[in-house]
Amino acid sequence: MMWIIAGLAAWAFGWWLNHVLSQWPRSRFTQLAVPVIFGLTLIVMWECVVRGFDIPTVLLPAPTQIAARFAASTGILWQDFVQTAIKGALTGYVLGCGAAVLLAIAIDRSTFLKRGLLPVGNFVAALPIVGTAPILVMWFGFDWQSKAAVVVVMVFFPMLVNTVQGLQDTDSMQRDLMRTYGASYWQTLFKLRLPAAMPFIFNGLKIATTLALIGAIVAEFFGSPIKGMGFRISTSVGQLSMDLVWAEIVVAALAGSGFYGGVALIEKAMTFWHPSQRGRA
Amino acid sequence: MRNAIPVLTVVAVLFALWYGAAVMLNAPWAYDKAKRADVTLGFSELVADTWSQDKPKLPAPHQVAVEIWNTTGEMAMGGRAFSKRSLIYHAWVTFSSTMLGFALGTGLGIALAVGIVYNRTMDMSVMPWVIASQTIPILAIAPMIIVVLNAIGISGLLPKAMISMYLSFFPVVVGMVKGLRSPGPMQLDQMRTWNASSAQTFWKLRLPSSMPYLFTSLKIAMAASLVGAIVGELPTGAVAGLGARLLSGSYYGQTIQIWSALIMAATLAAVLVGLIGLMQRITLKRMGMAE
Repeated sequence: MMWIIAGLAAWAFGWWLNHVLSQWPRSRFTQLAVPVIFGLTLIVMWECVVRGFDIPTVLLPAPTQIAARFAASTGILWQDFVQTAIKGALTGYVLGCGAAVLLAIAIDRSTFLKRGLLPVGNFVAALPIVGTAPILVMWFGFDWQSKAAVVVVMVFFPMLVNTVQGLQDTDSMQRDLMRTYGASYWQTLFKLRLPAAMPFIFNGLKIATTLALIGAIVAEFFGSPIKGMGFRISTSVGQLSMDLVWAEIVVAALAGSGFYGGVALIEKAMTFWHPSQRGRA
Repeated sequence: MRNAIPVLTVVAVLFALWYGAAVMLNAPWAYDKAKRADVTLGFSELVADTWSQDKPKLPAPHQVAVEIWNTTGEMAMGGRAFSKRSLIYHAWVTFSSTMLGFALGTGLGIALAVGIVYNRTMDMSVMPWVIASQTIPILAIAPMIIVVLNAIGISGLLPKAMISMYLSFFPVVVGMVKGLRSPGPMQLDQMRTWNASSAQTFWKLRLPSSMPYLFTSLKIAMAASLVGAIVGELPTGAVAGLGARLLSGSYYGQTIQIWSALIMAATLAAVLVGLIGLMQRITLKRMGMAE
């Protein structure tokens, strides 16, 4: 009972603090503090609810238990992280996005190909591509190569569509100016059109980060060596060791947000000139 | 319509590539068989063999088409459209959890968006977490959600729908927040000069002007919801649904079955997203907002 009251009190206090803070003028501090307080409140509530209602660990472990497990098994977690996130997701991400950008530049020269490929690409981007995971696992074996292949297929089409759209994002005035300078096709591409396409390319890259991790993890459900985040999650669920599952989820969450945040930082550095970035500074 | 020829060309090229790849990938097995039977394969025999193997590495399109017809149209004509071997039955299972998750996700998304637009504290504290929630590969938790909900006695549709919900609420929140904020200061001032209450402003100005944004996000949400439903069927050893077909196909090496489930899922996605597109066109036309 005490725990539940404590939880409610924590909630009330967190909300009140946020309410006060959100009335302050917006600044770096409040924009960081308010969400952090909200998150902390949720974690405290979780802890209190689990203890207050005596929820068995098999169903939902408390955050402190998860943290203890996380600290105790960093070795396994790191090994899984390297297998899934670095070898599987990152390799596939680089290959898939690179190939998509190159193909986009190639088809950009032909209106015919663009008109044909864009609707098809848009269509494919909406399909449940994770479904190809069992096929690719069959083709490329159980190790990380098949996971990278799934990631390549998943990130390819969103990336292609975004890049092609981005390359079209110059108006005729700008292109005419390049022509009056006597710029060649490649000069126009590198000095005008690729920079102009950057916001679109980064939009695609950001969507692709989430897809990449999902692809690598889900592909492990169809077969994997005895390491990897997807493998660990599905076997630990079978053994009902939920604290390890949750620790693995924490790793996935950290990897996902770190990956996304990294791309967002690069975006900020490279497209500082774009209105969407300037407005926020 | 002027896009028809390029699109058809691209699709034709894709099919040609598919047939070519089928020959290449299945050739080793064909040579292997021929070697054991002590015959040499000519080119046309090789092609014929690679396009008609039982468990090919890559089935040719017509094999997949035949398999789909055998498990849908033919069974339907035999009056067994909903037998457990029929792909219609499995598609129906996946479809129902997709729809439930989609409805839940849309409801949650709209509710959150209204809260975010009308409450400054919620805007500042919840919105960053909504965005952060999508950088977490939620599908990884899918098996756990299902096992945990099973343990407390909830099974069947709901656990799968929860995963669909988690994936589909995000585009709706983002789109609706943008949409509800889309009326300009001029329009909001106009409502104030008419002495409209905030409920009236919501129903008569904000909600109608958010419709184009809503439909765009609904399309994304629907596609995401289907992915969630399929993945939700994977780790549970589910016996029904397109995801279960994918999994059992991969266990027994039934590539044709995997591909037909995959094509069925793609068709389902295309139909559902297309339906929303149709609703969008009709609604926006009646509201006088069509481009």
